[in-house]
Amino acid sequence: MREDVVIERSTRMSRLTGLAAIVGVLVLAAGPMLWNDGVLRMMLEFFYLLALAQMWNLLAGYAGLVSIGQQAYIGIGAYALFAFTNVLGGNVFLGVLVAGVAAFVLAFPTAALVFRLRGGYFAIGTWVVAEVYRLVLSSQAKLGGGSGATVTVIGIDPTFRLFVTYWISLAIGVGSIVLVFYVLRSRLGLGLRAVRDREGAAATSGVNVRRTKVQVYVIASTVCGLAGGVIYLALLRLQPAATFSVNWTVFMIFAVVIGGLGTITGPIVGTLVYFALQQYLADLGSVYLIILGAVAIVVMLKAPNGLWGLVIDRWSVPFFPIQLRVRRTARRPPPEGSGLVGEG
Amino acid sequence: MAWLNTIVQGVLLGGLYALFATGLSLVFGVMRVVNLAHGVLTLLAAYLALVIVDLTDVNPFLALLVVIPVMFGLGYVAQRLLINLTLAGGVLPPLLVTFGIAVIIENTLLEVFSADSQGLNAGRIETVSITITDRLAIGWFPLGLFVAAVVVLGGLQLFVDRTRFGRALRATSDDREAAQLMAINDRHIYAVAMGIALAVAGIAGVFTGVRTTFGPLDGAILLIFAFEAVIIGGLGSLWGTLIGGIILGVAQSIGAQLSPGWFQLAGHLVFLAVLVIRPTGLFPREGVAA
Repeated sequence: MREDVVIERSTRMSRLTGLAAIVGVLVLAAGPMLWNDGVLRMMLEFFYLLALAQMWNLLAGYAGLVSIGQQAYIGIGAYALFAFTNVLGGNVFLGVLVAGVAAFVLAFPTAALVFRLRGGYFAIGTWVVAEVYRLVLSSQAKLGGGSGATVTVIGIDPTFRLFVTYWISLAIGVGSIVLVFYVLRSRLGLGLRAVRDREGAAATSGVNVRRTKVQVYVIASTVCGLAGGVIYLALLRLQPAATFSVNWTVFMIFAVVIGGLGTITGPIVGTLVYFALQQYLADLGSVYLIILGAVAIVVMLKAPNGLWGLVIDRWSVPFFPIQLRVRRTARRPPPEGSGLVGEG
Repeated sequence: MAWLNTIVQGVLLGGLYALFATGLSLVFGVMRVVNLAHGVLTLLAAYLALVIVDLTDVNPFLALLVVIPVMFGLGYVAQRLLINLTLAGGVLPPLLVTFGIAVIIENTLLEVFSADSQGLNAGRIETVSITITDRLAIGWFPLGLFVAAVVVLGGLQLFVDRTRFGRALRATSDDREAAQLMAINDRHIYAVAMGIALAVAGIAGVFTGVRTTFGPLDGAILLIFAFEAVIIGGLGSLWGTLIGGIILGVAQSIGAQLSPGWFQLAGHLVFLAVLVIRPTGLFPREGVAA
């Protein structure tokens, strides 16, 4: 019998994982009823780190943009939260949204500057811009100056604050996955991967290369701003040096490279690995970062698709149905005139 | 007169920035790799000199006799064992690997030397100066630093322009495959280029260690200064890099004169202004794009 093929996007596996994911998110949303405060704090840290890793992966893994300046938006988000809450007297939870808006608005002029550079120079350029934001914001006396400031949450029940912070962080973490998923399935995502794989060919095929990159940069930066808001909603104390620390981006890079660049599952795996190692090795301080750096280099050289890439290579298990897949079947094609595309 | 003094000090500081930038620019020019570990490696040289001075009690400038060859060897080996392996796979691998190297070295320095600031003491030369008027004095050390920068850059330019090796270097930079066909060992060329880059970074590191105190986390800012000098000056031109360094130094000195907090910010703003007005830099070599 002649073998036929079907082209499909979702597989049985991805449909099953989709279902499991929905159940999983519902369980996580019920977290405050299930776990104690310590676990909740740990989980909410995991969620915002996951969002950061997803966004860095969207930039580097899908758009080929290596930014080492994403801490700019964490800082902007943090200061927006502070300014909205303490200076303007707004609601602290609403402040997270304001953080996202601030990052969104500032991402455009920043993009106009840094997109004049390419490749490695783009990377350092983003870093310089992050430094400029740090220097400017930390020179504002109203925002605490060089010594930083503390977000005021007087009058809010600490348990209530923890719960809401947890839910916001969960929403940002899960939302970042959903966002990347839909961006990749959209026209933007298709153009994006075309640009990454061969910019010239993408341009001749009608992809607006620059606009595509700017859109992705703005999306990633906005989510980093939201994450910055929720990070400092949890930490409250913001200091310019720590808020704008390049170590935020160091984390993003390590999580994405170790987990697997250019897949949605990779950053999840990478964040889990980072998190697990941190629980055991955090006491080692800088030795922990030395180990992570070495692991990242080895992964980059020996397994450039990361840990998740190794799994994919062995067992083809796409959790997220993004690409079209060809599967052989023994089924006959439908008889002619049965209403295939193009008829009627 | 205070302003003239500020500008003169800024120009002299620019020589140091040009030294920071030369290695970054050279490596990019030859193999299109931006070495994100460049700043940290410059710093590593300062720590190397510190160890030598501690052990032998010599003048830091004498330590250069050890620092320069060690840095050259380090660059050669790192390129052959690590960075050459990343060149086939596009933009990401060399960036991420050099970034990994930077994180490893930075945290190793932190672990070994603690976060305390250190300094290299070069003795009397740090304080003596030539008095021109009562408001304008030029220190022997900044002046010597500037002259050293010009000599290093000039020597490197001659080396690249006039020697057989320099020709091979330019050929590999222009067309790697064609150079390979002419029996040029590109992996060796790249390794020597990285060696030279780090040797110059070694000189810059020792000078900066004498000029100011330094800590394990200062690598980032050294990388940024080097990068700004390269972009302001224009890619692919050594003398452009010198002018880029000078513009950066003058901007920072003027910024610091206006308000102590504006030292770095003024430099960044001039860099961004150049990026807006002339993204190819002020003195680019033909046909080189960022």
